[in-house]
Amino acid sequence: MSMYFNEYDVGSFFDEMFLPDGTPRDSAKPLFERLRSLSDGELMRYQAAAEKALLHMGITFRVYSDQQGIEKIFPFDIIPRIVNASDWVRIETGLKQRIEALNLFLNDIYGEKKILKDKVIPEHVILSAKTYRPVCEGIKPARGIWCHITGTDLVRGEDGTIYVLEDNLRTPSGVSYVLENRRVMKNTFPRVFSNLGVRSVSDYPGKLLDTLQHLAPDHITSPEVVVLTPGIFNSAYFEHSFLAQQMGVELVEGRDLTVFDGHVHMRTTHGFKRVDVIYRRIDDDFIDPEAFREDSVLGVPGLIEVYREGRVALANAPGTGIADDKVVYAYVEKMIRYYLDQDAILPNVPTYLCWEDKEREHVLANLDKLVVKAANESGGYGMLIGPHADDETRNEFADKIRENPRNYIAQPTLSLSRVPVITDGRLEGRHVDLRPYILYGKDIYVLPGGLTRVALKKGSLVVNSSQGGGSKDTWVIAEDGPS
Amino acid sequence: MLSRSAESIYWMSRYVERAENIARFINVNMGMFLENQADSAGQWEPLVQVTGDYEHFSQRYEASTMEHVVEFLTFDRAYPNSIINCVELARENARTIRESISSEMWEYLNRLYLKVMDQAREGTASVLTGSTFFTEVRLAGNLFTGITDNTLSHNEAWHFSRLGRMIERADKSSRMLDVKYFILLPSVDDVGSPYDELQWSALLHSASAYEMYRKKYGRITPHNVVNFLVLDHDFPRAMLYCVTKAEESLHDITGTPLGSYANEPEQRLGQLRSELAFSSAETIMHGGMHEFIDDFQGKMNRVDEAVYHAFFGLRAIPRSGGA
Repeated sequence: MSMYFNEYDVGSFFDEMFLPDGTPRDSAKPLFERLRSLSDGELMRYQAAAEKALLHMGITFRVYSDQQGIEKIFPFDIIPRIVNASDWVRIETGLKQRIEALNLFLNDIYGEKKILKDKVIPEHVILSAKTYRPVCEGIKPARGIWCHITGTDLVRGEDGTIYVLEDNLRTPSGVSYVLENRRVMKNTFPRVFSNLGVRSVSDYPGKLLDTLQHLAPDHITSPEVVVLTPGIFNSAYFEHSFLAQQMGVELVEGRDLTVFDGHVHMRTTHGFKRVDVIYRRIDDDFIDPEAFREDSVLGVPGLIEVYREGRVALANAPGTGIADDKVVYAYVEKMIRYYLDQDAILPNVPTYLCWEDKEREHVLANLDKLVVKAANESGGYGMLIGPHADDETRNEFADKIRENPRNYIAQPTLSLSRVPVITDGRLEGRHVDLRPYILYGKDIYVLPGGLTRVALKKGSLVVNSSQGGGSKDTWVIAEDGPS
Repeated sequence: MLSRSAESIYWMSRYVERAENIARFINVNMGMFLENQADSAGQWEPLVQVTGDYEHFSQRYEASTMEHVVEFLTFDRAYPNSIINCVELARENARTIRESISSEMWEYLNRLYLKVMDQAREGTASVLTGSTFFTEVRLAGNLFTGITDNTLSHNEAWHFSRLGRMIERADKSSRMLDVKYFILLPSVDDVGSPYDELQWSALLHSASAYEMYRKKYGRITPHNVVNFLVLDHDFPRAMLYCVTKAEESLHDITGTPLGSYANEPEQRLGQLRSELAFSSAETIMHGGMHEFIDDFQGKMNRVDEAVYHAFFGLRAIPRSGGA
């Protein structure tokens, strides 16, 4: 019987598995009982087996410590993170609502711009955003859908409230880890699943293919769908290749595609073949040197012109990055009210906009309490965590904010919820977020699961894999038991 | 399929085949070394000659000792065709086409790579005595082929894989024959001696051909060894067999009926196959083994170039006619 759990300290945080008094939450009870019935050695063996499986599956990156590179896996912890059924219902309906509103916003902002005319969002906020793409004005994407694939970051605060932290409407990654983490768990730790009613995530590739095929014109009965990757050196290359494989479509690079006769074609062993739908995992900036950055060698010259003519569909549509701007993010609750006439089901984290004088003054006076973020950075970069930073860094950020207030927002430092992880032969609490994946095809679908990212460093609030984060399998429970 | 994917799968197979061949040569030679300690240096040099990269070797190593030759062929990062580099390149190619091949193929190749990397960290000394490393790499080539046969549909991707494997194998079989033959024939004194027999058996072992040869011909004679390793229809490492299977795959890819051609690689491979098919050991030995093999390798290289131009190097069409 495992002794680990006896020593586990919930601390003053919201713990996803335990109540403040250290007893397991109802949704986690069966899992807790099962884990506790294992010996400490068994738990460690399962952890080691899972790591080995990931290594063999080649879900790795290379570290050069000597002449020979060493393959390392992305850290993975075998204790699942549980989301109970009632939380999930709230998350699912909240995300559907949010994605619907964001899509309406994108249609509007590159079309009539009613939301600006009605002064719900100040015009300068949109037009000054780096990710606003004038090239996309007037474009009508297939079926009126802009954000086909979204990976929204959710966090839970001390009081248990679930907030939306970021929307990620460009090329969100991580869903391959959701599927592979689950596969590894099933292979190495099968007995932990039984009778818990964990919802399956395995139909994601099928749903993704449906979503993409939905974008082809009606008269094309078997559309040619491809995944476009920047190539093998991209950190998400594994995912690009994984998704193409699971959908059974070609994985192409820019150099495999060429534009002529008004269509996009790929180079095959039997000559050129027309492409109808592109799930592109290349940023707007690099996708077409004729429309965006001239120096891009990753993209396909002339692609945007074909797209504008409606002869190829792109997912996600170019231009969606405007909704990822952290200043625009602050207006999403207003968008939901404006377009849907509803209250937001999932709240934003309260956000101070530095371009507003009053709010900026507040931010500058409270840098030691706030998290400051650059409007267009991602991956945990360009960020100040006030309480954890020294004076020098805070002053640096203060200067940056004064210099370019439009580029910064600030939020209270949330005390993110925690989960137990195995570390150094014991269990300790670590902070997590949750990234569910949403597909917008015939209707809006939320995959019942998601990527739980864990900040593995003790006390750290940064969960990004580029900054030492790991992941966990995420279990959405089908039905809450009687409590 | 995508030209780029076809090229990667072709090279993935070639590199696995290349690694397996090197491992087999070393493995067989180690076995011989055990019984013939006296002539050790002379036994290792031919291995480097088989690769066609002797110059590369002699620039960087003083003598053809077992340690040096094994180091060079197995773990030398500066030598492009060392086992470690072949396995890494096979894996890198596989990585770019993970979506086209089966997960089983990828995972197996990845494990092989991890294994070779681990062994490299332990150093060359760890594989010189009492190690199963070369046996494992030999086996790996066969396992990978088996996994490919059983998990990948025998579609275009599979045929490109077999095309690469057969072209590589034909080349390696011919090189091995060339070098061994060169060493074996001049030593007139040894003809008929136990040592001579041992050398010829080693040649057959180097092609995993010993048992099958015995079944077919019994006694070992140079004439029949040539018959078997060059002109056999049924033995999987015989040059004619390799060329025939390569041609079959090529025609499966294009849909051109066998016996005719629609592009350059089909023409070249067809010519080469019929040359072999209608040749004989006498003709080959009479004209000079080395000349014959030199010619064969030149022709194989041109097949490889023709395959590149026909399938992988599709040039962009200028966009002038665009809408």
